[in-house]
Amino acid sequence: MKITSPKVSRRSLLRGSAAAAAASLAHARQVSAQNAPEESAFEAWIDLRLTVNGQAHALTVEPRVTLLDALRERMQLTGTKKGCNRGECGACTVLMDGRRVNSCLVLAASAEGRKITTIEGLADGDTPHPVQRAFAEADAFQCGFCTSGQIMSAMACIEEGHTGSPEEIREWMSGNLCRCSAYPQITAAVAAAAEELG
Amino acid sequence: MAIGDIITRVDAPTKTTGQAIYANDVNLRGQLYAAFVGATVPSGRIVSIDPAAALAIPGVVRVLTEADMPRPAPSFADLYVPPLATRHIPLQGLEIAHEGEPVAMVLAETLEAAEAGARAVDVVYDAAAFTDPALAEPVDPDPGRGDYSFLDIAEFEKGDAAAAIAAAPVRIARTYTQPSRHSNPMEPCAVIAEWSGGRVTIHDTIQHVAALQGVITGVFGLEMDQVHVRSIHCGGGFGPKGFIWPHQILVPMAARVVGRPVKLALTRAEMYALVGMQPHMVQEVELGADENGRLLGISHIASNETGVTEDYIEFSTVPSRTYYACDAIYNRQYIRRGNVTLPTYQRSPAEGPGSWALGSAMDELARELDMDPLDLRLANYADVEPSSGEPWSSKMLREAYEMGAERFGWRNRPAGGTRDGHWRLGYGMADSSQGTQRYGSSARVRLRADGTAVVESSFSDIGTGSATVMRQIAADILGLDESAVSSREGDSVLPEAGPTWASATVISTGTAVHRAATEVRGRLARLAGWPADAVGVENGALTHEGEARPIRDILAEAGVSEVSGDGTFTPNGGEFSDAGPEGFPSRVFGVIFVEVAVDPELGLLRLRRATGVYSAGRIINPRTARSQMTGGIIWGWGMAAMEQSRLDPVLGRWLSKDLAGVAIPTNADIPELDVAFVDEFDERSGPLGAKGIGELGATGVAAAVANAVYDAIGLRVRELPITPEKILAG
Repeated sequence: MKITSPKVSRRSLLRGSAAAAAASLAHARQVSAQNAPEESAFEAWIDLRLTVNGQAHALTVEPRVTLLDALRERMQLTGTKKGCNRGECGACTVLMDGRRVNSCLVLAASAEGRKITTIEGLADGDTPHPVQRAFAEADAFQCGFCTSGQIMSAMACIEEGHTGSPEEIREWMSGNLCRCSAYPQITAAVAAAAEELG
Repeated sequence: MAIGDIITRVDAPTKTTGQAIYANDVNLRGQLYAAFVGATVPSGRIVSIDPAAALAIPGVVRVLTEADMPRPAPSFADLYVPPLATRHIPLQGLEIAHEGEPVAMVLAETLEAAEAGARAVDVVYDAAAFTDPALAEPVDPDPGRGDYSFLDIAEFEKGDAAAAIAAAPVRIARTYTQPSRHSNPMEPCAVIAEWSGGRVTIHDTIQHVAALQGVITGVFGLEMDQVHVRSIHCGGGFGPKGFIWPHQILVPMAARVVGRPVKLALTRAEMYALVGMQPHMVQEVELGADENGRLLGISHIASNETGVTEDYIEFSTVPSRTYYACDAIYNRQYIRRGNVTLPTYQRSPAEGPGSWALGSAMDELARELDMDPLDLRLANYADVEPSSGEPWSSKMLREAYEMGAERFGWRNRPAGGTRDGHWRLGYGMADSSQGTQRYGSSARVRLRADGTAVVESSFSDIGTGSATVMRQIAADILGLDESAVSSREGDSVLPEAGPTWASATVISTGTAVHRAATEVRGRLARLAGWPADAVGVENGALTHEGEARPIRDILAEAGVSEVSGDGTFTPNGGEFSDAGPEGFPSRVFGVIFVEVAVDPELGLLRLRRATGVYSAGRIINPRTARSQMTGGIIWGWGMAAMEQSRLDPVLGRWLSKDLAGVAIPTNADIPELDVAFVDEFDERSGPLGAKGIGELGATGVAAAVANAVYDAIGLRVRELPITPEKILAG
């Protein structure tokens, strides 16, 4: 990670890193408005290398950019959805080093060096992952907007071994809201996929 | 593939792989991100707006206020409300109608800059006293304030209900209330607009493509062919993506002002401010009956909150004049105005709130009579439509009652209050029923030389499975395999379809698709030299008197590359919509049984199981239909036990504008649900024999749950939702 800003230290957000990177100010920008309060003049850019679905992506973003917005707005990986942007709905669930996270609550900068898996990374070419197939066969979605997050969460739920009973699946899939309310089918899909994946 | 077969949803491959493109997934070259500055006061006037701090933020390009925005063209005055949700468009003046209303719009090169810019705009308000509509005086709706008054009737009278109730040996009079409730589709509203040479292209997420196209022509004074609307996928509708809300007008306006594409996605908090909710309601129900439970009189008087700009009416009295046989019925609708976003029709409109009040009152009457609530329903079974006396288009509710009672074990259920550990069990039931709405729709079916077909219509598949069943209908008529039929939908360049709301899509657009495919089959027969009305189809071949010819061969021999057919569904009298076949009132019916567990010491309420059985005409795809019904039942559970939005009485804003402070059902709340349909074909509803089911499942559930809570612990809750403090207070 490379931090490139003359002003990052004011809020001490990235103080240490900023000092370390101070020699390299390739992306520094001059803030023009004289009357602007210091708060809004904050600007910093970081160069990141993110590994998503096995592919390396290089991008330059502000430190405040979330993993979710980096995926969607910078990398055109729009399968991951923004439902609430505050960790309440689970639509943005991705795997980070195999663990499920709400990507709206993860700064892109903190994902560097981690292995990120999104919904686009599950299928093997045209062959869907067993969890994806299970969702299709169980009719475990309607509008489809929460589905990416549900499937990523299901991947982790199965990996965690939280599929011993329908009750256990329901509990461990409850971080992912589905307003179409496909919950019974989601539970059935996770159970079916867990059985197939052994 | 035939109608009635179980078909996997056709959008499964894209929706399970993240490839389905929703409005907020669209990115256009040169686009600017928009963020709103929302009013922090619920009423008053903007004094000044200082954008300097926002403009100083790197990446912020423009801060638009009412002074920058164009005014609508004169043709705006000709638009109706609805499809406009409200004629009150922000950034057109200085008056504030409700908290959160946009007062400025920040445009920036990045989403982060736009959001930071919105926080930095300095707005000074002259705040005025606001009105909490929950506390406002109920008044008659004014037909001059919007056009919602024309969608149904505000007063209905049959016989002398007051006298009949007064003279009845058994009477109850109760008041039922429910809170404001936000639909919160998982996908927040999003729109991206781009102008090019006087034409505008809008990517949106809506339940009715043609409505947005029509509204935009009116706002900007354009012709229909100058407005291109696309809504290929919609991440949940449930109401607030039905009518056209101000942000859908402001984004194209902004794009025109700056000459660049503008993209906006509402935040979850803005979903509470910029689009409507199911309104807070107070419903007074009086029932009078004889000793055998026969209803002698029904009075149902309702009031709903509305905004200060238009009079929205939630027609919740509909069930009282349509569910039960009764000679004396009185309905009246009032509204209460206040400083809130205008409400809107939300799953399920009218009958959703209405069935809660009437379904609870019927249970209270059954207790008063010491009758089984199912027997009370049977004693008042409406063999004809009660308000008009006309015969139903079709109704098999008796069969649904019987099947539901059998599946649930209603007749031999344990006594209410039976213990399971610290839980007390209760059993309740209520009627589910929704009126039919049909809208003018058209569709085209094109059969190609390779033996594949495509269905084209602008209908919106909001997750209800429309694309799946439309293909299924065409495949059935043409004798094709499901893999041979594709569809194009959600685009205004396609033949115009009616809206995806009010359970209307299958009965309206489905009929148009059926007719278009039938037209194609007729043309195919003529190519084959066979009479159009005497051919059959089978496995990609046309058949006639034992002879079969592959469709591909017929087209090849005739030397045509494609056979196309158009189909339309036109409501009675050529109107935009109707309520079913002329002279035969149309509804869908059903019954919902629930078992709940109540912990009276902790105030906890749990759904243990539920059975819903429905009389809803022919079912096109049992798999997608089942999901529609279970989804509706879960919506009903949310209404019954969880969901509410509360207005801060001091600040005039919603207390929680998120998914944390407002509880909605999660997976752990929901057990396995039992759903079934009566085998039924409504021959009067159209060639499909189908009706609509989208709104049906969510009706009746809240009443059934409240009735089950009473059964469990003897506590009658008349104020939704049934939350722990209400159980503890009992």
